[in-house]
Amino acid sequence: MCQCQEAATSVEENFEYEKVESLLQDYLDKKGVMVPILQAIQEEFGYLPRPALEYVAKRLRIPVSKVFGVATFYAQFHLEPRGENIIRLCRGTACHVRGVAKVADKMQEHLGVDVGGTTPDMKFTYEEVACIGACGLAPVMMINDRTFGKLEPDKLKGILEQF
Amino acid sequence: MYEKQILICAGTGCISSGAYEVKEALDNELQKNNMEDKVRVILSGCHGFCEKGPLLIVYPEDIFYCEVTGEDMPELVEQHLVNGNIVERLLYKDPNTEQIVSNHEEILFYSKQKRLVLRNCGVIDPENIDEYIIRGGYQGLKNALDKDPSEVVEMIKNSGLRGRGGAGFPAGMKWEFAYRSQGDKKYVVCNADEGDPGAFMDRSTLEGDPHAVLEGIMIAGKAIGSDEAYIYVRAEYPLAIKRLRTAIAQAEEYGLIGENILNSGFNYKVNIKEGAGAFVCGEETALLASIEGERGMPRPRPPFPAVKGLWGKPTCINNVETLANVPLIMRKGVKWFTSVGTEGSKGTKIFALTGKVNNTGLCEVPMGITLREVVFDIGGGIRGGKKYKAVQIGGPSGGCIPESLLDLPIDFDSLTQAGAMMGSGGLVAMDEETCMVDLARYFLSFTQNESCGKCTPCREGTKRMLEILERITEGKGEAEDISRLEKIAVTVKDSSLCGLGQTAPNPILTTLRYFRDEYEAHIYDRRCPAGMCKELLSYYIDPEICNGCRACTKVCPVEAITGEKKEPHVIDEEKCIACGACLDRCKFGAVKTK
Repeated sequence: MCQCQEAATSVEENFEYEKVESLLQDYLDKKGVMVPILQAIQEEFGYLPRPALEYVAKRLRIPVSKVFGVATFYAQFHLEPRGENIIRLCRGTACHVRGVAKVADKMQEHLGVDVGGTTPDMKFTYEEVACIGACGLAPVMMINDRTFGKLEPDKLKGILEQF
Repeated sequence: MYEKQILICAGTGCISSGAYEVKEALDNELQKNNMEDKVRVILSGCHGFCEKGPLLIVYPEDIFYCEVTGEDMPELVEQHLVNGNIVERLLYKDPNTEQIVSNHEEILFYSKQKRLVLRNCGVIDPENIDEYIIRGGYQGLKNALDKDPSEVVEMIKNSGLRGRGGAGFPAGMKWEFAYRSQGDKKYVVCNADEGDPGAFMDRSTLEGDPHAVLEGIMIAGKAIGSDEAYIYVRAEYPLAIKRLRTAIAQAEEYGLIGENILNSGFNYKVNIKEGAGAFVCGEETALLASIEGERGMPRPRPPFPAVKGLWGKPTCINNVETLANVPLIMRKGVKWFTSVGTEGSKGTKIFALTGKVNNTGLCEVPMGITLREVVFDIGGGIRGGKKYKAVQIGGPSGGCIPESLLDLPIDFDSLTQAGAMMGSGGLVAMDEETCMVDLARYFLSFTQNESCGKCTPCREGTKRMLEILERITEGKGEAEDISRLEKIAVTVKDSSLCGLGQTAPNPILTTLRYFRDEYEAHIYDRRCPAGMCKELLSYYIDPEICNGCRACTKVCPVEAITGEKKEPHVIDEEKCIACGACLDRCKFGAVKTK
């Protein structure tokens, strides 16, 4: 039997659907709202839980596949829970030329996770992004909303300890 | 009345270098000295010289301090503000001549620039609309509202303004198409999805002078007959979004956005849409799909957005820098604007100068300036006295320009002829230690990753080209690889649906054109001339330098290094996996590569 129908109508018992419903209130009668809705859900939960996406599909009367299609298209959206602090290391051109590769190796060594991974204590999620737009300070990374520039492999430990 | 004014750069670069801490320390010191009424401290937009941040300028004497910290503030207040002595150790020192410069206009980084679009960046408080208005702001809008829309379109056409976001399409023509399109509703869309790695001029413009962009949008709205606009900004730019929201709220309060603006009967509404991280959304049809809430995938043109755009309505899409030029043209006139630049490219262009130059940062230069002037005068030359190899211009869509073309005047057409393109204006300088094959591989891994997958040439072509480049940089290149690359590159360029695929091969084609010998060295000699491709390096220890400290033996994961304590060590090439751990570890520089 086709599983998608079942998935679309299944209800997760412990999931806070009312939170999603209240987020949806601002958007229900407007057009072009899929991305902002997903942004709002991610802001609330820290990632996009599957039951939330299924619920959105039901409320907007569109297939779940369409919601997943948008959610997986954009780099900003995450389908898995993420750590308390988000590390975004820039892999832009200027950072590449100024040797970010070594910083990346060291970072993965420190955290013990690969790109996209979260440390077991849920403290850090490590991501790499195309460009942060602070090329003058290459190599650079952001941890949450703070930018750290002119990185060197040996500086990482000190920076991570601030969190 | 304030006696002095101090500007502290609060662009993203300087904030991360500690601009807020400097501001706090300065405020404290001023309070201690009872000088709050005499000295006004302003957090300004980006000054462009990110390399030397945080930056601080004292007016009216125009003294430029760089790399200041909070701890410097007591000395700066006491010496400069109280005693009137310049703190020399905080002034800029020219990296080549070692000369100390106090006035910022005398620094080569600034003196060669022509800051028209960035005229307010770093000068005004971007969160205060009055400062924008005092410097002539919204006068261009007023002039446009007094005119017939066709006159406004005509002015932009005559100015020769070309799109600053990529391909350089004449903005006036775009406006005219949208103006002539019939529709009950029309949109202006400002493309602020600055996705090119290595470019941040739109970010700085939005952060430093958001009203200029808003004014440009509304002039475009008046010209094409639209009453609503969307600004599509990357979510990675939180400060730009915040300052735009502040600017919109202030303009609404002043009646510059809303109903019946300046009693002209013109109504306007401006919305902000946050992008969600997809490079392809910089392409106009993909951007529109994204605003509509879909996957950001491009569609074939025609119909062009000017005919059928956002929600099927005629839409005019311009980039941030293009729109920021518009208020100036409306205020100062076509003749003034066309006096700068070259025959086919009028006005200025902002470049994000990064990579291995001494002075990285943002610079605005007249079209027609040579690359040599940008790299060696504004950029202060290559850092560490190394040799210039190439600049990569235009991001993943652009190409590499070698030393032989350094005197090329920069404009849209000359760059296209050289196989590169203006793109959004990222300029990354490279020295002899940058491997050009690896650089091409880097760009392809980016475009391959960002390819949306809709059309086959781009989806499959970028993948195959990347595989070949990876093979070459790993020392497994085959003799036919160069011709294979050329063949796929041309096919992808000719047959891809949108600009992403059509320009993705450019980094390969230009490096093949100007640095073919590096490809050949990788393939035939299994050698990386720049010494960057790890797999192609062989490591050895210089017995003259090695003192046998044993540090390297401890980090070698495969125990390839042997030797007695206090005797020179040796690397067994058979065992060595070329990880480079010993090279990083050695404090004496005894580990070398060949």
